[in-house]
Amino acid sequence: MSMKALRGLLLLALALALTGCHTVLMSPSGDVARQQRDLIIIALVLMLIIVVPVIVATLVFAWRYRASNEKAAYDPEWDHSTIVELMIWSAPLLIIIALGAVTWVSTHKLDPYRPLDRLSNGQAVPADVKPLEVDVVALDWKWLFIYPEQNVAVVNELAAPVDRPIHFNLTASTVMNSFFIPALAGQIYAMPGMQTTLQAVINKPGDYWGFSANYSGAGFSYMNFTFHGMSEDDFAKWVAKAKTQGVGTLDQDTYAKLEAPSQQEPVRYYGSVAPGLYRSILNRCVQPGPHCMNMLRVPESDGGGEASSTSESHAAMPMAHPQ
Amino acid sequence: MTFQHPDLTKLLFGRLTLDAIPYHEPILIVTFIGVAIGAAAVLGLITYYRKWGYLWHEWFTSVDHKKIGIMYIVLALVMLLRGFADALMMRAQQAVAFGPHEGYLPAEHYDQIFTAHGTIMIFFVAMPFITGLINFVMPLQIGSRDVAFPFLNNFSYWMTVAGAILVMASLFIGSFARTGWLAYPPLSEIATSPDSGVDYWIWGLQIAGVGTTLSGINMIATIVKMRAPGMTMMKMPIFTWTALCANVLIVAAFPVLTATLALLTLDRYAGTHFFTNDLGGNYMMYVNLIWVWGHPEVYILVLPAFGVFSEVTSTFSRKRLFGYASMVYATVVITVLSYLVWLHHFFTMGSGASVNSFFGITTMIISIPTGAKIFNWMFTMYRGRIVFDVPMLWVVAFIVTFAIGGMTGVLLAVPPADFALHNSLFLIAHFHNVIIGGVLFGMFAGVNYWFPKAFGFRLDAFWGKVSFWFWVVGFYFAFMPLYLLGLMGVTRRLRHFDDPSLQIWFEIAAFGAVLILIGIAAMIVQIAVSIMRRDQLRDGSGDIWHGRTLEWSTSSPPPPYNFAFTPVVHDVDTWWQMKQHHWRRPVQGFLPIHMPKNTGTGVYLAVLSFIFGFAMVWYMWLLAAVSFVAVLAVGIHHTFNYNRDYYITADEVSRVEAARVGA
Amino acid sequence: MSDMTMTASGDGAQEALTFHVIDDRHPENGTLLGFWLYLMSDCLVFACLFATYGVLGREYAGGPSAKEVLELPIVAVNTTLLLLSSITYGFAVLEMQVNRRGPMMAWLIVTWLLGAGFITLELTEFAHLVSIGAGPQRSAFLSSFFTLVGTHGLHVTCGLIWMIVLLVQVGKKGLTHANKRRLMCLSMFWHFLDVVWVGVFSFVYLMGVLS
Repeated sequence: MSMKALRGLLLLALALALTGCHTVLMSPSGDVARQQRDLIIIALVLMLIIVVPVIVATLVFAWRYRASNEKAAYDPEWDHSTIVELMIWSAPLLIIIALGAVTWVSTHKLDPYRPLDRLSNGQAVPADVKPLEVDVVALDWKWLFIYPEQNVAVVNELAAPVDRPIHFNLTASTVMNSFFIPALAGQIYAMPGMQTTLQAVINKPGDYWGFSANYSGAGFSYMNFTFHGMSEDDFAKWVAKAKTQGVGTLDQDTYAKLEAPSQQEPVRYYGSVAPGLYRSILNRCVQPGPHCMNMLRVPESDGGGEASSTSESHAAMPMAHPQ
Repeated sequence: MTFQHPDLTKLLFGRLTLDAIPYHEPILIVTFIGVAIGAAAVLGLITYYRKWGYLWHEWFTSVDHKKIGIMYIVLALVMLLRGFADALMMRAQQAVAFGPHEGYLPAEHYDQIFTAHGTIMIFFVAMPFITGLINFVMPLQIGSRDVAFPFLNNFSYWMTVAGAILVMASLFIGSFARTGWLAYPPLSEIATSPDSGVDYWIWGLQIAGVGTTLSGINMIATIVKMRAPGMTMMKMPIFTWTALCANVLIVAAFPVLTATLALLTLDRYAGTHFFTNDLGGNYMMYVNLIWVWGHPEVYILVLPAFGVFSEVTSTFSRKRLFGYASMVYATVVITVLSYLVWLHHFFTMGSGASVNSFFGITTMIISIPTGAKIFNWMFTMYRGRIVFDVPMLWVVAFIVTFAIGGMTGVLLAVPPADFALHNSLFLIAHFHNVIIGGVLFGMFAGVNYWFPKAFGFRLDAFWGKVSFWFWVVGFYFAFMPLYLLGLMGVTRRLRHFDDPSLQIWFEIAAFGAVLILIGIAAMIVQIAVSIMRRDQLRDGSGDIWHGRTLEWSTSSPPPPYNFAFTPVVHDVDTWWQMKQHHWRRPVQGFLPIHMPKNTGTGVYLAVLSFIFGFAMVWYMWLLAAVSFVAVLAVGIHHTFNYNRDYYITADEVSRVEAARVGA
Repeated sequence: MSDMTMTASGDGAQEALTFHVIDDRHPENGTLLGFWLYLMSDCLVFACLFATYGVLGREYAGGPSAKEVLELPIVAVNTTLLLLSSITYGFAVLEMQVNRRGPMMAWLIVTWLLGAGFITLELTEFAHLVSIGAGPQRSAFLSSFFTLVGTHGLHVTCGLIWMIVLLVQVGKKGLTHANKRRLMCLSMFWHFLDVVWVGVFSFVYLMGVLS
C-alpha cells in the first residue's frame, strides 16, 4: 500500500513540476514545441511506470533485509529464479517497445524538415497559406535574419505572424551554433557551409526568448534575440518599420563589416537585401575567392552534388551530405 | 609557416614568450602561489624525511600492479580536486552573473574553466579511477601474480600522468582550450582558436591516450591468459567481467580518438583540410568520429563501476549475486550496443528522421540490459542480511540516483524531445546524474571496499559516512535545479544571464556544490584520520568484509607475489566456497617465484613525452625533434636490457607466509 | 548456472575439491596475444583514416582529382616491393625456426632493402605531388590521401627501424627465446602492413584511377 501511495505522491510532484512551474518548455506557445512537450511527458510517464517501483523496492529491500532485522528471511544461496529473470528482462523490454514505437512515429512527425500539416491541435494548415520564409545566419556573435519575400534583414530580432507556418533556412558564418526559441520549437544547428531547415508555427502573440544553444566562442552568452509573435497586421507594420528605419541595403560590403566578430549588437534593420546574398553566405562566397564553395564543388554524375541548390533537401547522414 | 624567421629565439622557444605567463590574472596568480607553496611543502617534506629513494624504488619505478593501481587512484584524487575547483568556480560565476552583474570571470577565463573541467574529470579523474581499481583488483581476483606486461603497465601510468601534467601546465603557461571538452571544429581550428589552448588539449589527451590504449591491451591479455586454473569465463568474478568489457571497449574506441586528434593536429599544424570550413573539409566528420569514441567511453567508465556495485552488493548482503549469467550477458550486450548509438549526441545536426529514430531506439535498447542489472542488484539484496558499511551505502545511493539519471537519459534519446533539451542544463544534469551517481559513487564504494586490502587497515567509517551524506545530499541540491533550469530552456556553457528569475535555482545549485565540497573535505579527513588511527583499524585476517572472491584469500596488503600458490577455482564465489570447505592455506613446500624487476624507463619515457608535447604546443621545433628522437632512443635502449627479472626464493616465500597472522 | 548451484548444494560430494596447487605457472604466448591486440587497435586507426578518405576522397575543391595525379605504374612497383618483402620475411621466419642465424639475418636484410625501396618510391611520389601543387594543403581529398598513405609509410618506417634493432640484437645475442618472440611480433606487424597496403592500393589507387 505504501508503494502505491508513494507512487501517487511522486506522480503528483511530477505533475506539479511539469505544470506548476510554468517553465517555457512545459508551457510553450508554438504547436511544434507543444507536441514536443507532450512527448516529453508521455515518455516520462512511461518510464516512471518502471523507475518508481525500482526506487521504492530498492529502499524497501534495503530496509527490510538489514542485518539487524533477524525476522526477515535469509537465503544466502538463492541466486536464480527463471520467473524473476524473465520478468526483469521483459519489463524494461515492454516499456522500450512502447517508447520505441512512440519515438519512431514522433521523430518522423516532428522532423524539422517536414512541412507542417497543422497549425495547432485540430487546425490544419489552410491550402492557400504559404509558409513565411526566413533565412537565418548565425554570425560571431549575433543573429542575422533575412526575409527574402519582404526584402528586409534584421540583426538580433525576429518577428512572425501567428498561425502562419514559418520555414527557416539556417547557416552560419564561421562556427557551429544552434538556433533555439524554446517557446516556438526545438532547436537545430546552424553550420557554416551547410544548410539546415526548421519548420514551425507560433500560436500566441507575444515576445519570446531566442538564443544560440551551442557554444560558439567568447561572445556566446550574448547571442540572444527576441522573437515577436504578432498578428498579420502588426507583422506588416513591423516590416514597414524595418524598411523605413533600415540603415540601407545589406550587400556584400555591409555584410563583410557585419560578419566581423562583435558582441551585444543592438537590433538593426536593413531596408533591403542584395539578391542572392543568403545563397552566397551559404556557399561561403560573399567575397569571391579561392574558398568559394559552389565554384569548387565538382558536380557529380550520379546527381548527388548540387544539394545546396535545393533548400528542401535533407542533410541526411551528416557525414555524407555536406551541402 | 613559422619558419619564415628562423632566428635562434624562435627556434628555441617557438611562440612561447613571457606574455604567456598570466601574471595579469589575479585568480591564476593566487592559484599559482597556492600550488607552488603546496608543492614546495610536499617536496620539502619528502626531502626532509629522505623519502625520495623510497618513492623512486618502491613506487615510481614499480611494476607491481597493486602499487600502480594505487598510484592511479592517487592521481585521480589529486585531479578530482582540480576538476572540482573548476566546478566551484563555474557554479559561483553562474550564481552571481545576472543582469548588470558580469560575475567575476571574463569569458576568456570562464570558457577555459568549463573546457578544463570536462576534460579533467573524464580523462584524468574517471579514467585513472577505473584503471586504478582494475589494476589493483583484477589480477588478485583472477588469482594471478601480476598483469601480462608489468613494464607496460608502469609506462601506461606515467604516460597518463604526463598528459595530466601537460593539461595542468596550461594553467600557468599560456592558456587552455576555450572550446568545450570535445573541441568541436570549426571552433577548434587554427582560424578561430589560434593560440596554444587547443594544442594543450590535443597533446595532453594524445599522450594520456597512448597510456590508456596500452593499458587496455595489457588488461585484456591478463584476463584472457592469466586466470587461475578452473576459472572459466562463466566463473570469472563479475568485476573482472566488467573490467574485460571495459578494456575491450578501450582498445576498440581509443584508436578512434587517437586518429581523430591526429587529424585535428594535422589541420592545426600542417594546414590540411579535414575539418576546416574551406577546401572540402567536413567538420561533421569530426563530430561523428569523436562520438564514435565518446559514447563507448561512457561505458568504459560505468561498466567497472557496475562491477564494483555487484561485488559490494553481494558481499554486504552476505548472499550470492542474483542472476550472475544475466549480469554477464547484460554487460556484453551493453558493450556491443555502445557502438551503435553515437549519433544521439547530435540529433540536432539535421539528420533525417529515420537515421535519428534508429539511433534513438538503439539508445533506448541499452536501457534494457541496464535495467536488468539494477533488478539483479535489487534481488541480490532480497533475502540477504545487509550490513550497511560505507561501501553498501554508496550502492543504495547509486541505485536510486542512477535510476533517475537513466530515465532522463532515455528521455533525451527521443529525438524530438532532444530537440528541446539538447545542450540544455537538463542534459548537464542528466550526465552528471549518471557519471557522478554511477561512476563516481562506484569508485567511492570501491575505494572504501578495497582500501583495507591495499593497506591492511580500513577507512574510518564515521568520516566515510559524513562524506557519503554530504556528497549525496549535495549532489541532489547541485543537479536537481539544473533539470528544472533545462526545462526553462536554459542552455549550457553560458557565462551570464538576463532573466533574474533564474538566479534562485543557480544559487541552490551553488549551495549543492558547497555541500559536495564538504563531502570531498570529509573524504580527505577520512583518509587522514584512518592513517592516524591505523592501529585500531588494522585488519589482520585479510578478509575484513567476509568477501567472496579470491582477492580476500591473501593477506592485506598482499605480498608482492600476491599468492604463494596457484588457486584452483570451482565456483564464481571461489573464496566463499573455500571458506565453506574449511580450506587451509599451505605453509610450506613453496617454489621460488619468478618476478619482474622494477625499471625507471617508464618514467623517463613519460618525461620525454611530456617535453615533446610541451614543445609541440609552443612550436619549439628543435626541442620537439630532440625529445622525439630521445623517446625512440630510450625505448630502443630498453629493449637491449634482457635482464628484467629475478626470483623470490622459496625460503623468503615461506618466511613471508609464516609471518601472516593466523598462520 | 547449473554447475554453480551444484557446487553450492552438493556439500558431501565436494569434500575432495582441491583449492590450490604449488607450481610455477606462466601464461603461454601472452606477448603474441598482446601484440595482436595492438595490431587490432592500429587497424582501427587505419579504419578511421579509410573512412575519412571515403568521405573526403572526392572533395577536390577545384584542385586535381585522384585520376589526374595518381600514377599506377609507380604504385604497381611499390606494391610488388612490399608484397615481396612479406615473402622474404616469411623466409626469414622459416630460417629462424630451424635456428640458422646467418640465413635468417640475410633474409631480414633483403626484407629491409625491399621495405626501404618502398619508402623511397613513396617519398618520391609525395615530392612529385607537392612539386606540382598537389600537396596536402590543397584540398580535403589530398589531405586525406597524404594522411592515409603517409600513415602507412610511417608504419613501414617504424618497421624498418625495428628491423635494424632486431638485426643488432640477434647479432649480439643470437636466436634466443626473447629474440624469437620479437621476430614473430615484427613478422605480424610486417604482414599486417602488407594487408593494409592491399587496402590502400585497391581503395585509393585502383578505385581512384580506374573509376
